[in-house]
Amino acid sequence: MATMTPVATTAPSGDQPRARRRIVARPVTWIVWAVVAFFFVNLLGVVMSVVVDSFGKSWFGTWLPSGFTTHWYGDAWSEFGLHQVLWVTAEVALSVVVISVLIGAPTAYVLARRDFPLKKVVLLLFLLPILVPPITYGIPLAIVLYKAHLAGHLTGVILANLVPSVPFVVLTMTPFIEQIDPKIEAAARMCGANTWAVMIRVLAPLVVPGLLAAGILVLIRTVGMFELTFLTAGPTSQTLVVALYSAVFSAGIRAQQSIDAMAVIYTGSMLVLLLIALRFVNPTQLVTRVREEPTA
Amino acid sequence: MAAATGVRASGGATPSLRHRLAERGIDRHLWLLLPGVAFILLLFVYPFLYGLQLSFRPLKGGGVFANYKTFFSDSYLRDTIWITLKLGVPAAVLNVAASIPIAYTMRRWRRGRRTLTALLVVPITLGTVLTAEGLLNYVGPAGWFNKVLRNLHLVKDSVPLLHNYWGVFLSLVITGFPFAFLLISAYLSGIDPVLERAASTLGAGGWQRFRHVTFPLLAPGVAITFCLSFVLAFSVFPSAQLVGNPAGSTHVISIAAYHAALEQYDYPLGSAIAMVMAAVMLVIIGIVLLWRNTLYKGSSGGKG
Repeated sequence: MATMTPVATTAPSGDQPRARRRIVARPVTWIVWAVVAFFFVNLLGVVMSVVVDSFGKSWFGTWLPSGFTTHWYGDAWSEFGLHQVLWVTAEVALSVVVISVLIGAPTAYVLARRDFPLKKVVLLLFLLPILVPPITYGIPLAIVLYKAHLAGHLTGVILANLVPSVPFVVLTMTPFIEQIDPKIEAAARMCGANTWAVMIRVLAPLVVPGLLAAGILVLIRTVGMFELTFLTAGPTSQTLVVALYSAVFSAGIRAQQSIDAMAVIYTGSMLVLLLIALRFVNPTQLVTRVREEPTA
Repeated sequence: MAAATGVRASGGATPSLRHRLAERGIDRHLWLLLPGVAFILLLFVYPFLYGLQLSFRPLKGGGVFANYKTFFSDSYLRDTIWITLKLGVPAAVLNVAASIPIAYTMRRWRRGRRTLTALLVVPITLGTVLTAEGLLNYVGPAGWFNKVLRNLHLVKDSVPLLHNYWGVFLSLVITGFPFAFLLISAYLSGIDPVLERAASTLGAGGWQRFRHVTFPLLAPGVAITFCLSFVLAFSVFPSAQLVGNPAGSTHVISIAAYHAALEQYDYPLGSAIAMVMAAVMLVIIGIVLLWRNTLYKGSSGGKG
């Protein structure tokens, strides 16, 4: 392969000049396709086996369950108290979104517009909670929250979930504010607007898309956040993913199908949120917001 | 915080000081930083420092380092480091090593990329708990995976992939590979394709172009991706409990820390284990970043 092999040599000339890469397909390309396909087939298998089982009557050793039913959803709803769990999940997620945007947006503004001493330190301070995995700082955080009698109920869960969310809002919104022309603010000031008026009447309408993007990303991350919620939640403040974990961990007490039904409810709500998010943001933003610092 | 005190100092009757500070970028706008910075100091930095000092105050006495002594003398606890490394390093290496050729081959496919990216985000957002629950059904003895293998006559009985090392490893690949792939392709899109075309005009073949042009430019990104993948894999918790063997072969360090802190209520020992966990991560990341510092650091000519 190290020698020069012009790609178009074996392509059928004439009928389809554009499709030459597809047809030649070197062995490497086939292997890549195969690996990706294998990954997705298994991923689909993992997700679908949960979905199919949740609708199955009974399923022993056959390809598909012996019959289909929806009654496991009703069972799951009452057995796991999903009404309350979903309510808690919504409460936690929405509070985290609102508070983290309120705290994070002003910080993002200053980081985007100003240059000040120790700016690098402040940036690092906001980068760390995203890069350090939650279970590492979650245990000392949970200890502090338990000692302050905040953990074990809703307040503690919300506080713990804010720790990665506030930096996430800051780092998502900073580049967004950077690309708003500062001359607009200067013009508003020249016309006599004070800082407050500039914020509310000039900047706020311009950053709404950025706010929405940051908000939906935080929402997804909070609903899916297992570790921090698990470490700080009490029996009445479990979110959906923690309830799911507890159910799987104590498997054997409940029917596997009703656990799967809960898993499907979780998957479904995450996918809906994901579809909404993909309309607003670049998919890679869901994963991380690490950018190469020019000096690093 | 120096900024905040600076502002307070300028509140006095010395306009020249305020002027001088404003020239260096310190003015009252910096007050807007206060909520964010205070929040991080209070809920991220303080708990960490609190945990650190707590780890030096053992419950049962026995000196300042008693918790660390307990950890390193008890083989059940000490081995968690090795167990976790044995899971985390291979998983991170595999995820990164598989991502590079795949991302490299796919970087030219304009149309499929967004779809593929969106599809790959799904396992990351679903998280390890759901992955574990799915694995329990899918690769279990009666699951589809083993059924296919049996029908192909590849195995007689079933491949044991649950409640052992491999269950956790699989879950780390399912959530970790998409993560590594997305990062690597983001880094790849920052490398100007013109550089490869230039190498091509000089007679470089496909492998040479990758080995001597693209890979050196990608290497710093690979280092960062490896660090993040490793950190994710090293902090594995839910899947080690659900599809692993949490008391034996997958007794990972996060389980030990959780068990000590929130099940036995030995806060100092739990903090000490959490600190050891952070220290091991720092060591590995430090090694990788030292290696990264020896690499080319200039422009890669792309949009990144």
